[in-house]
Amino acid sequence: MRGSDAALGAAGCAVFVLLGEAVPRLGLVDEDHFPPAGRIAVALGSELSDTAFWSALGDTLTGWALGLAIAVSAGVVAGVVISVTPYLREVTASTIEFLRPIPSVALIPLAVLLYGTELRSVLLLVVYAAFWQVLIQVLYGVRDVDPVAEETARSYGLGAWARIRHVLWPTALPYVMTGVRLAAAVALILAVTAELVIGAPGLGARIAVAQTSQAVPEMYALIVVTGVLGLLVNVGARAVERRALAWHQSVRGEVAV
Amino acid sequence: MGVPPGRVTSRAWVRALLRLVFALALPAVLVAVWWAASAGSTNVYWPPLRTVFGVFPDVWTGERLRGDVLPSVLRLAAGYTAAAVAGVALGTVIGSWRAVRALCEPVLEFLRAVPPPVLVPVIMLFAGIGDTMKIAVIASGCVWPVLLNTVEGVRAVDPVLADTARSYGITGVARLRQVVLRSASPQIFAGLRQALSIGIILMVISEMFAASNGLGFTVVQFQRGFAIPDMWTGILLLGLLGFLLSVLFGLAERRVLGWYHGLRESGRRSP
Repeated sequence: MRGSDAALGAAGCAVFVLLGEAVPRLGLVDEDHFPPAGRIAVALGSELSDTAFWSALGDTLTGWALGLAIAVSAGVVAGVVISVTPYLREVTASTIEFLRPIPSVALIPLAVLLYGTELRSVLLLVVYAAFWQVLIQVLYGVRDVDPVAEETARSYGLGAWARIRHVLWPTALPYVMTGVRLAAAVALILAVTAELVIGAPGLGARIAVAQTSQAVPEMYALIVVTGVLGLLVNVGARAVERRALAWHQSVRGEVAV
Repeated sequence: MGVPPGRVTSRAWVRALLRLVFALALPAVLVAVWWAASAGSTNVYWPPLRTVFGVFPDVWTGERLRGDVLPSVLRLAAGYTAAAVAGVALGTVIGSWRAVRALCEPVLEFLRAVPPPVLVPVIMLFAGIGDTMKIAVIASGCVWPVLLNTVEGVRAVDPVLADTARSYGITGVARLRQVVLRSASPQIFAGLRQALSIGIILMVISEMFAASNGLGFTVVQFQRGFAIPDMWTGILLLGLLGFLLSVLFGLAERRVLGWYHGLRESGRRSP
């Protein structure tokens, strides 16, 4: 079953690439607007042999990783503090609900003014966008803590820190991991967007340059690279999630038996 | 039950009041802090909040609301609706047939992984810089979360439910509406919520690239013209718009998924 699924998936990819080659060749769309897949592949090859491409890739990944790391640590700390402090949750709820849907791209003009095309303006957008994903998940996760476990820990005289460490954190971890996975994808989108719009160095800026200089196959090649990057981020985040939660399923399994 | 009705209402009043205080206290404090901290600000980039509030009515007059905010919102509505319809329709088709799903899944995963804003330059090639381009950009970014969530939701239809429907002779459109889409709707709404925030982002980005009106265009114009307080009002307005749309979405979701939340509540209570 699985083997045939994989074969079908590969066939689907092949059809996708063939369509990408055939549609412009047959003149169904303008070749200047949508070059055949072969020409995109050639452009991709020449990008890969260009050192400027690799440094742009490095810039994008730096902005992504740094922003994600800041957002995740800030989100986890803020989420735990808000959850364990009495009343803080109720007091902050409305503010969080208000700030969360504010589109991070609204901050682009501010980022440009404050930091120009530096890494910091990318980070401003990435951190703002990714922070809420993590924070909300942490808040949901902490709410899921079993009250009996919490009371038990309390009656055994566990201190606040030990309760966070042994009761709250294991319960919240699956939620946190989902938050990290969502944040990783959002962070990549915002990193590339910031480069594209602001012109901070990175893949996004390279796409903008390719577009303005009418280098259409190069532009498509770079877009393919961002897609592959997004795919790797998703796959990587899922792998991390599975690893971090390996104990979780096994514990559940034992209880069920 | 034995409590006099007057007392119950007064207690409910106190509770509601308390909730209101909880909801409004921190925003009030934050705005006050911002107001006080920026009051004497001479930094060009961080104008006093008083100035920002002061220019707000001058900047966002009726004419500008009609000329910039309305077109933005209409584009968003058009693109979002197109994406929702296409996403649910395609998702239902792909989710219903195992072979189709296996064939499409890797390609769909790749297409979803492409950061939507990089499609702006591509769609500009095809559609120029008019409204069509912006609607296409919004639709092309919003469609993926809807599509993939619909596929997952349709796939996860309870087999017992599906068999029961079949044995009762529920087929065709009735089956699609009452069984498949209904049981997939919580997932579909999760996708629609993700799509909403992507849609707002793309609305702003597409207008920042090439436009002669719209919220994103106006905010960037203010920034380039160093009209900093005006720019801040634009940021605040975008924030308000995002908040408003999210509230509207929440209301719509509660209405459509009322049965589902009720079911979960009773499920939680009964064991």
